[in-house]
Amino acid sequence: MRSPLSAAPVRRALGTRRRRIVAGSVAAVLVAAAVVWATRSDEAGFRTESALVTVRSGPAGDEPVDLDTTFYLPDDASAGRKVPAVLLAHGFGGTKESVRADAEDLAAQGYAVLAWTARGFGRSGGQIHLDSPDYEVRDAERLLDWLAARPEVRTDAAGDPRVGVVGGSYGGGLALLLAAQDRRVDAIVPMITWNDLSRAFLPESTGKDATSGVFKKGWAGIFFGGGGNAGSGPAGLSGTSAAEPEGAPASAGPPGPAPGSGPGTGSGRAPAGAADPACGRFAADVCAAYLRIATTGRAEPADVDLLRRSSPAGVLEKIKAPTLLVQGEADSLFPLAEADANARGIAAAGTPVRVAWYTGGHDGGAGPRNDSDRVKYLTLQWLDHYVRGSGGAPGDDFTYSRIAGFDALDRGLVATGFRTADYPGLAGDGRREVAVTGPAQPVANPPNGNPAAISSVPFAGALGSLLDGVAGDVPGQHARFESQPLAEAVDVAGSPTLSIRAASPTGEAVLFVKLYDVDPGGAATLPNGLVAPVRLTGLPTEIGAAPPVTVTLPAIVRRIEAGHRLRIVVATTDQAYTTPAEPTVHTVAAGDGPVVLPTVAGEPIPTTATVWRWVLAGLLAAIAVGLVTVVLLARRRHRRQDSSVHPQYAGVPLAVRQLRKEYADGFVAVSNVDFEVHPGQVVGLLGPNGAGKTTTLRVLMGLTQPTAGEIYVFGRRLVPGSPVLSRIGALVEGPGFLPHLSGLDNLKAYWRATGRPWAEAHFDEALEIAGLGDSVHRRTRKYSHGMRQRLAIAQAMLGLPELLVLDEPTDGLDPPQIAEMRRVLQRYATDGRAVLVSSHLLAEVEQTCTHAVVVNKGRIVASGPVEQIVGESPSVLFDVTDPAAARDVLGRLDGVTVLPDSDGNLVVDTNGTARSEVVAELVRAGIGVDRVVPRRRLEDAFLALVGENSRGSGDR
Amino acid sequence: MAQSSSTVGAATGYRPSATLPFAAEFRRQASRRRTQLALGFMVLLPLIILVAFQFDSGEDDRNGGGEFASLSDLATSGGLNFTLFALLVSASFLLVVVVALFCGDTVASEASWGSLRYLLAVPVPRARLLAVKLLVALAYSALALLLLAGTALLAGTLRYGWEPLRSQVAAQLEPGEGLLRLLAVLGYLAVVLLAVAGLAFLLSVVTDAALGAVGGAVLLWILSSILDQITALGGIRAFLPTHYSSAWLGLLSTPVQTDDVVRGGISAIGYATLFWSLAFWRFTRKDITS
Repeated sequence: MRSPLSAAPVRRALGTRRRRIVAGSVAAVLVAAAVVWATRSDEAGFRTESALVTVRSGPAGDEPVDLDTTFYLPDDASAGRKVPAVLLAHGFGGTKESVRADAEDLAAQGYAVLAWTARGFGRSGGQIHLDSPDYEVRDAERLLDWLAARPEVRTDAAGDPRVGVVGGSYGGGLALLLAAQDRRVDAIVPMITWNDLSRAFLPESTGKDATSGVFKKGWAGIFFGGGGNAGSGPAGLSGTSAAEPEGAPASAGPPGPAPGSGPGTGSGRAPAGAADPACGRFAADVCAAYLRIATTGRAEPADVDLLRRSSPAGVLEKIKAPTLLVQGEADSLFPLAEADANARGIAAAGTPVRVAWYTGGHDGGAGPRNDSDRVKYLTLQWLDHYVRGSGGAPGDDFTYSRIAGFDALDRGLVATGFRTADYPGLAGDGRREVAVTGPAQPVANPPNGNPAAISSVPFAGALGSLLDGVAGDVPGQHARFESQPLAEAVDVAGSPTLSIRAASPTGEAVLFVKLYDVDPGGAATLPNGLVAPVRLTGLPTEIGAAPPVTVTLPAIVRRIEAGHRLRIVVATTDQAYTTPAEPTVHTVAAGDGPVVLPTVAGEPIPTTATVWRWVLAGLLAAIAVGLVTVVLLARRRHRRQDSSVHPQYAGVPLAVRQLRKEYADGFVAVSNVDFEVHPGQVVGLLGPNGAGKTTTLRVLMGLTQPTAGEIYVFGRRLVPGSPVLSRIGALVEGPGFLPHLSGLDNLKAYWRATGRPWAEAHFDEALEIAGLGDSVHRRTRKYSHGMRQRLAIAQAMLGLPELLVLDEPTDGLDPPQIAEMRRVLQRYATDGRAVLVSSHLLAEVEQTCTHAVVVNKGRIVASGPVEQIVGESPSVLFDVTDPAAARDVLGRLDGVTVLPDSDGNLVVDTNGTARSEVVAELVRAGIGVDRVVPRRRLEDAFLALVGENSRGSGDR
Repeated sequence: MAQSSSTVGAATGYRPSATLPFAAEFRRQASRRRTQLALGFMVLLPLIILVAFQFDSGEDDRNGGGEFASLSDLATSGGLNFTLFALLVSASFLLVVVVALFCGDTVASEASWGSLRYLLAVPVPRARLLAVKLLVALAYSALALLLLAGTALLAGTLRYGWEPLRSQVAAQLEPGEGLLRLLAVLGYLAVVLLAVAGLAFLLSVVTDAALGAVGGAVLLWILSSILDQITALGGIRAFLPTHYSSAWLGLLSTPVQTDDVVRGGISAIGYATLFWSLAFWRFTRKDITS
């Protein structure tokens, strides 16, 4: 972790370890901040008040009932700063708690939200009258009064709060009925709700009245069971809105009352009548009607009237509040046709209506995340404009969505949203006709409708129909008619129509018509598990005489791919419906016309993905611009680089000037090194281990940045990567080869990396110097140390560089090779070339080099021509019998001085006096002279420094 | 002066921009055993899977849905599906290791052999050395991906035929369209793996130990995958480099779901750019000590 030059002062100020701690702490703080930011709980932003509100309703408006309410008030709401309100109704079987999440969302958006438990449920009193105008709707009117009395709630006039009504299913029905009954409502968002309750529970798909309808016993049973014991119904019904129903398939409980909580076990506040085990908390008239219908499977006109009283169908023209209708595609309870009827009825009165379909519903729950987000967005947009009075008009375009597949990340479903300018209704804005064929087939109606075909399992519609489906037809009980494979894909959005013919010995038949999408592999899918029940009467006994009957299938949104077939199935039974008990065998044949598929030319709704696409494009552009900028800056810096030639060193292969290298931890490897290498010289860089030789060479090779000082090569300033480095061949810190390549391949690979022409390389000379023989074809991983060393020297000599830098070149070589190497280096330093050799061996430098530079502790101790410092010097070492006497004798000699010597040896500077004369003087004085050893300056210097500190100045 | 300023004072024939040519580095890496083994395994894996499918006992042990089960059920329905399956099983780990190997080993191994300093003394400009090394590593990574997909497609088509691309989540796609989708999946996988490439390359520059760089990148990748499983992290997970790694499944549906693919692309390219920038920043400044 060496410091870059630029930041060196700062880095030095902070020790390496401290720097790491600081960096680590900064990173930890950043991560912690990110975690806190991402997981911080949304500040409430609102407060809640729960209370039992007693309202008076009933036909005469004088029957008190306690309603369990929670009022969500934004924090910033006050008498001085009034806010608009939302009345939030829950679904059947739920309580005010079922809508808590939605209420909190709306409150966070600045709405005062009043959620309450409808009468007959939870802790509220009263009985269930099925959104009766006299009861539930009147209760809601009183709640509007309550809202108007709150000082924080904005009002349009005295007693008229600025309020929107939002609710799903049971709550959605209430929203419609309340808007029709009370003009104070400013906007409504009814979701997944009904238009005509009698048609919803007694559908008939050839257009007959509910009295001829086929009883939807499955859903009716769930409703009745759920209402009998408030709060324990299936969660899917209690969800107030599509945005937050609790009935997502994954979390839905069994589609029926929880065990042990049958009718009559509701809240203690329920009136005494609730003890009736047959009716639970249902009002007597509602209960009686249910019991009648469920028993016979048919509805009497009185029962239909009762259900119609609870239906918006008859009062739509009174609705003046702008209405956003959200309906689910995966909804076998209240299919898209219900919202369609509401939309047409309300629009006929000139009230703004917008319709949105999404992929959830009573079967499909909230639908995929992106779909429920769209519904949330639409709801808020609607309320903001029509209740709060902010934001542009939402417009009346129609949006719908289709399951596109699985989400790759969270394994959920993914829906694709579509938009079209005008609501096309269920007939689409285009149509495709597909002929289906098949012979007339007998179909058996089993006694009591058992076994029955399965089309949908409540709450499992979307998933079920997508994954092979739960749909299953019973053999012998259904007829099939198939089309040819479709030539091209068709995007169905709306109610397909078709015609069938039927004959029956009884003259009457209840049939279920279904449209399957059959893929080329034969797998059939019943879109959303939707079926069209029909009750045909006056049938002939022979199929030939049967007239075609047009059947309108439930509206679907589905892309039927090219190559798929349509399959029409006409079955006699369906688990979800009540069918005639008597066994019969009908005959069913295809009608006279094709299947008509309504299509809508919707365009996909741009999602956030569009934004992300721009982000991606922007990112790529930024990277491109950044890259170009960096390259240009680098070029500019390169051009500005000092490319001038220092005149003083123009012809000098190497000039090192006051070089200093200090590491980040403060260790000074080279404190001041100053030397030159001239052409023809073999310069030895001599010093003990750790003297700073290798560091100097590494700076010289551009591997390390110097702290101070300059290096000039042929007059050009050398920095890391300088082109002039190409004139230097180097062996620094041992060989470095690719172990899996042979010696020769290594040299070739190296030369290829230089990008220089092959002719420049002089391979033959280099190989000769390496002297590896046939081993040059062996992998270098098998080489001995010496072989690698020779190959590395050969590599350094490739291209015959003008300056050869060798770090301990004789390391690992045997004596003959060392001798040969000396000759090679001496020969090399001709023709203007020069060699710099580093070594810690005095003898090597002495024998190889013309010049020597002695370094110790990062400083130069001595330098000059070898003959000058290695050659004979005036100092002589005398080995005598009596050193003390000898000192006296020598001291008397003129000009001769005795040098101090730590070892007690007699070292004498003869200073021009001939050695023979000095010896003669000693002998004359009677002192025996054993040895006379001429001393050399280099050795003096070298040994002196090594002697002082044999460990050198550090491990470098 | 006849010479351009950048080559002033250089040896004859030396040009900084001609050093360490792409081909030279490609050959350097090609001669390495690990390169040959990795690429060879890419060819071998589809064949091993193919043989393994021959042992299919025909027992239908469907253990729940999931895109994995559905893709493995469909793997033998045609060459395209077989290729898809081969990619699915390799994407989460094998390809990560291979890319980390190519990108993490490239600089660190030169450093550990000691040959890095000789390249820098050539001198190969540091930025150029890094750029060439990165491009070659990416080229090998792409080659590995293509070899895997190509072999799988070839072997699968020979064995199971040129059939439409099927999946449980969407309608089947005609072979031509299916091939396009497959190429899109390949492209997305390549983009996601850029994040691994960036991480491994950064570690390769920081450390001298090749194993540390490769292993470190894989370990961090696994860590990111584990964190991604922890839903409690919520929105933070979107910032994990692995978060969008399976978004390519969206490319199989009709219409193509590109939302997560785009976000994944942003994430991967962002991370790769960040890591590579750090790598260049570090390498052009550091002292080479190895």
